Amino acid sequence: MKTADIIKNGLIKENPTWVLVLGMCPTLATTTSAINGLSMGLATTFVLMMSNMVISLLKNVIPDKVRIPAFIVIIATFVTMVEMVMKAYLPVLYDSLGLFIALIVVNCIVLGRAEAFASKNNVGKSFIDGLFMGLGFTWALTLVGMVRELLGTGCFFGHSLIGGADGMLMMILPPGGFLALGLLMALINAIRRKSVKKS
Amino acid sequence: MNLLNISGSPHVHSDESTKKIMWRVNLALVPALLVAIAYFGLNALLVSIVSVAACVLFQWLIEKFILKVPSTVCDGSAIVTGLLLAFNVPATVDMLWIVVIGALVAIGIGKMSFGGLGKNPFNPALVGRVFLLISFPVQMTTWPQVGGLFPMSLDVTTGATPLGILKEEGMAAMPQAWDLFLGHVGGSMGEVSALAILIGAIYLLCRKIISWHIPVAFIGTAFVFSGILWLINPEQFLDPLSSILAGGIMLGACFMATDMVTSPMAKSGQLIFGFGCGLLTIVIRNWGAYPEGVSFAILIMNCVTPLLNRWCKPRRFAC
Amino acid sequence: MIMAKKAQSTLPNMLMALTAIALVAAAALAALNGVTKTPIAQAQQAKVEQAISAVLPAFDKLEDQEIDGYLCHLGYDAEGQMVGAAVEAGNDKGFGGHLQLMVGFDKEGQVSGYQILETHETPGLGAKASTWFQQGNKGDVIGQNPATEELKVKKDGGAVDAISGSTITSRAFLGVVNDAAQVFAHINQ
Repeated sequence: MKTADIIKNGLIKENPTWVLVLGMCPTLATTTSAINGLSMGLATTFVLMMSNMVISLLKNVIPDKVRIPAFIVIIATFVTMVEMVMKAYLPVLYDSLGLFIALIVVNCIVLGRAEAFASKNNVGKSFIDGLFMGLGFTWALTLVGMVRELLGTGCFFGHSLIGGADGMLMMILPPGGFLALGLLMALINAIRRKSVKKS
Repeated sequence: MNLLNISGSPHVHSDESTKKIMWRVNLALVPALLVAIAYFGLNALLVSIVSVAACVLFQWLIEKFILKVPSTVCDGSAIVTGLLLAFNVPATVDMLWIVVIGALVAIGIGKMSFGGLGKNPFNPALVGRVFLLISFPVQMTTWPQVGGLFPMSLDVTTGATPLGILKEEGMAAMPQAWDLFLGHVGGSMGEVSALAILIGAIYLLCRKIISWHIPVAFIGTAFVFSGILWLINPEQFLDPLSSILAGGIMLGACFMATDMVTSPMAKSGQLIFGFGCGLLTIVIRNWGAYPEGVSFAILIMNCVTPLLNRWCKPRRFAC
Repeated sequence: MIMAKKAQSTLPNMLMALTAIALVAAAALAALNGVTKTPIAQAQQAKVEQAISAVLPAFDKLEDQEIDGYLCHLGYDAEGQMVGAAVEAGNDKGFGGHLQLMVGFDKEGQVSGYQILETHETPGLGAKASTWFQQGNKGDVIGQNPATEELKVKKDGGAVDAISGSTITSRAFLGVVNDAAQVFAHINQ
């Protein structure tokens, strides 16, 4: 697989959120604002990059029968690192993402990429796959967060666009997450299908 | 329910059509609309017109530009949705633009995203209403008070609905049951007068567009359940008569729970459906975070409808 | 790419691989824990202090004390004079249940600020309490003295504007402030 293909897969063709529909829990729960979505995406990207790299390095050392526990330990280690660093240096962000940082461990994308990609490819490619899968996840989360924040509070990355108005409260509540995600997924897949037809 | 009746042969052709049914439902809503206009003045008319126009417009736009199918606006179902949506919101000037958002949600998300009339699992007007209630809690709970007949001034005093009063002030401040029946209380346009709703419902019953099962089971369960609670503790719980006359039970039971698309087809299923609606309404009213629970109750029971349809399928005669 | 020989799934292999991975992971985390321990403790301390200093007049020294079962943070100036106290109090009368506040009083017993510590109020309605009663807003309670005149919403004959559509939350909120004032009165005695 060419590097360009790996990049394209992660960002668009096999985008974790819009196409693979993996990792929906953080996608719905943390996207109450654009900045939360962005931070959650970047935290996941870091874990994906590092775990993909390490798992690819160790793929020949880890016996097949214990690969899942081994992968989980590696992933959990990086997640705990992210959590501790965030708690220490970005406490405000940690407060708003809270529990969901720890839940990156069980995010299907991370284990999915370890199984589907890192355990079959070399270190460099695995690193690039982790990075761009993560960035694909990040842009999706940021977009959902932006839409929800804009509709729900009238703000764009925390800056109020409509003076004083409250916005549609439902969009920053849990049901709004489902609505925004569903409508955006429909829109993006419609655009994707159109561009596939053209080419 | 004639159109969707499941029965053995022989089948007789009837002249019912979706279009006819929908226009009759619209006609049945007219008494309640007139009462609303009489009590709330021009605001009620304005909100209704905006709501209906927005529903029809969104339906047309979605069919024309997104789905690219022939328009079904003429079947009148968007008008029913628009009227019911208007009946579920306060008749205030603030609502004019909010109701447009409600119409977009009701038609766009509640109906067309599932494939249009007949395929929507939830009552579109209620989807719109609940979206607005959660999104704009302040505007949606600022109810105009009924001053007297035909107030022509556009600025109306606002206050709580009877159920809101109950939640905040307690039992003593509740209006009398007779006032609730005639509509001399604060509230949304469609829920103020039980009498006007009943007139429309009786028309629909005579025309056999709705059957008695859902409304009777709904109102009956609410009456009995709130009666039991009232007997246990009359200090804390509202008496059963006021319970069914206050709030949206009448409108919900007669016009929204009976929606053909989202309620069960078999009679036994309809009875269970109505029972669930009544029970949930009283539970949400007494222990929920919102003073009124009719919309939530009907939407929750809408989820159960496919199961009820499966469970209560009429048996074939010859097996 | 030359494929190195893959480790077989024999018992010793599996044991060794898992043990080694777990050991390295534990060592890495322990090292990082050593680095981040102090900043995490500092961040948490800063959070509490920030909440207290947001509700109290300027102070130099803090002292925690439990009075009538309420946790109070007493602030003193450089000369050791008390400048005020932050009282943590709550009740279950909110629309959604428990409401826990930190209410600050200056030495005359006037409300100098408040922070909501725990709330289950409806978003958009009762949840507005976090800003509604702050200085310059509609329901401004800052500078009031609940000990001399109990705070009440206008509906109950008081002077405070209730949050629109959330009389119950407003009542619960003012109730907590009044309770906190009682506790503060005991400190002052």
